[in-house]
Amino acid sequence: MIIERRQWQQVAERLPAGELALVALWGEPGCAHMAVIDRRTHALMVFSLPGERFPSIGALHPPAIRLERAMRDLHGLEAEGAPDVRPWLRHEAPYAFLPAEGESLHQIPVGPVHAGIIEPGHFRFTANGETVVRLEERLGYTHKGTEALIAGAPLERAARLAGRVSGDSTVAFALAFAQATEAACSWPVPERATWLRALAAELERLANHFGDIGAVCNDASFTIMHAHCGWLREQVLRTAAELFGHRLMMDCVVPGGVRADVPVDAAEKIGALLALIRARFPDLVELYDETESLKDRTVDTGVLTTALAEQYAAGGYIGRASGRAFDARRTPGYAPYERLQFEVPTVHAGDVNARVWIRIREVEQSVALVEQIMAALPGGAIASALPGGVGEGTALVEGFRGDIFAWVRMRADGRVERAHLRDPSWFQWPLLEAAIEGNIVADFPLCNKSFNCSYSGHDL
Amino acid sequence: MRKLLLKSVLQTPLTEPAPAADEAALAELAHQVERAAHRRLGRSLSIREVDAGSCNGCELEIHALNNIVYDLERFGFRFVASPRHADVLLVTGPVTRHMEEALTRTYAATPDPKWVVAVGDCARDGGLFASSRACVGGVAKVLPVDLHIGGCPPSPMQLLKGLLALMEIRR
Repeated sequence: MIIERRQWQQVAERLPAGELALVALWGEPGCAHMAVIDRRTHALMVFSLPGERFPSIGALHPPAIRLERAMRDLHGLEAEGAPDVRPWLRHEAPYAFLPAEGESLHQIPVGPVHAGIIEPGHFRFTANGETVVRLEERLGYTHKGTEALIAGAPLERAARLAGRVSGDSTVAFALAFAQATEAACSWPVPERATWLRALAAELERLANHFGDIGAVCNDASFTIMHAHCGWLREQVLRTAAELFGHRLMMDCVVPGGVRADVPVDAAEKIGALLALIRARFPDLVELYDETESLKDRTVDTGVLTTALAEQYAAGGYIGRASGRAFDARRTPGYAPYERLQFEVPTVHAGDVNARVWIRIREVEQSVALVEQIMAALPGGAIASALPGGVGEGTALVEGFRGDIFAWVRMRADGRVERAHLRDPSWFQWPLLEAAIEGNIVADFPLCNKSFNCSYSGHDL
Repeated sequence: MRKLLLKSVLQTPLTEPAPAADEAALAELAHQVERAAHRRLGRSLSIREVDAGSCNGCELEIHALNNIVYDLERFGFRFVASPRHADVLLVTGPVTRHMEEALTRTYAATPDPKWVVAVGDCARDGGLFASSRACVGGVAKVLPVDLHIGGCPPSPMQLLKGLLALMEIRR
């Protein structure tokens, strides 16, 4: 919806009070866009303000600050009255880190090349002895210009790029992009395709949660969990390769449906995988629960308050571990989840332990979902052809990390005019800075892994 | 925990048998590698992984090399935390402009003799991102590359075969 400055400001004023949650804020040359969700009605709305300048949202609502900095870097849009005008996704001049003042403070610069097999980013710690006083993140190292490549690209290439915004969420991003494209073109999707998409999405969630549960424990030096969870993750990926032809299921979800059908023995393969998880996983949960030395590291570490989780509309296990019970599969919701039974586990503690438990509970939910999907999988076609048509469409899809927002504008020639893909990490990275405050430096890897934000997804 | 450990002791190992070294990788390496340096290092190689702008898909599969199924360390490879301890740089991504300097500096910090392995289609030539103004495009544009392991992302087995070729050629 195209609106005027006054209306833009009115929307902005409803954000700090929590009536509306900020879902995305992005730009294109000559226009600023904002997506919000109404907390009461769960309606997802997009507002567009033409012009090179727009009244800053970040001045009223801090979660918007980094998004506005990115809009300036990528499209030259000016946020009037913005509280922070340092570049964000564009690295040129030396970066001015925010000052921290006080006695006996020292700084620890980390990255962009980290010690582990991790994505690049810079963390600037200010510490007093072992205690972190301030963490400031500097991101943008993996900025690949993905949205610029998508602009004007043929649909097939655009979909492949969307699936590489964040490799760990390739199914979820491809799904969000496909749904937004389908909404833009009023493109009907065969029922079987929506169910196969959900199957791929739940397998992706399982693989990532197994990986994360093990990795968090590994960062607390409890390697036996890492070994067992790594093995379960491997089994999920192998099943995914057998069903969808690719371990991470890249390029399997395409606009209009899915690329290929699953083999005839898919039900047996899934059955074997679920039986394995059900036989092995409960022992690991018990092990986590009963190892006091491990919980000594995870309980009360890296606490994120409910107030901050709500303010930033933090998605996924980060929000749900801090009392924000939001799940895009429920609200606004999309097929076929309205026909599936699942819970959205939520706790309030907000510490590393809580984020591990949310993942454990979500593994259990996803196992149940995969079983329901296989039992009810309808027959029929798996894709339909592009009906043509121009327009804009949006989608909100629940990836393993949280809700992924996609906005697509299609051209008459079947190419993508422009797209925006917002990773959940945009609203999670700033919260890591808050959660680490007052913790010891040595607990940072643990906190960071429990958040597991995406660098590539954020940097685009 | 005792229950779980006992079960692990009683069952057969879940680690897969070693694959043969990749033929194409052997051929690529045959032209480039100094054998004298290899003999000095023996059957041990330390790897420093550098993400130069990947989508993190390659990192997931590189991580998998450390799981009990592929168990990379049984072949003498080890991931290390610093380039100063490394013999091999394992580089992923289309080399974003923002990572170019960090990559060059990591290479400079790695002692000789050293090898560079470019992992994934992006690291080969920029892949899907080759035409992006934000990317340099391909590790070879920035560093001398000894071996390419293609794939989007390469599977752990493909990675293992490539790395074994690197070990093989050094004997």
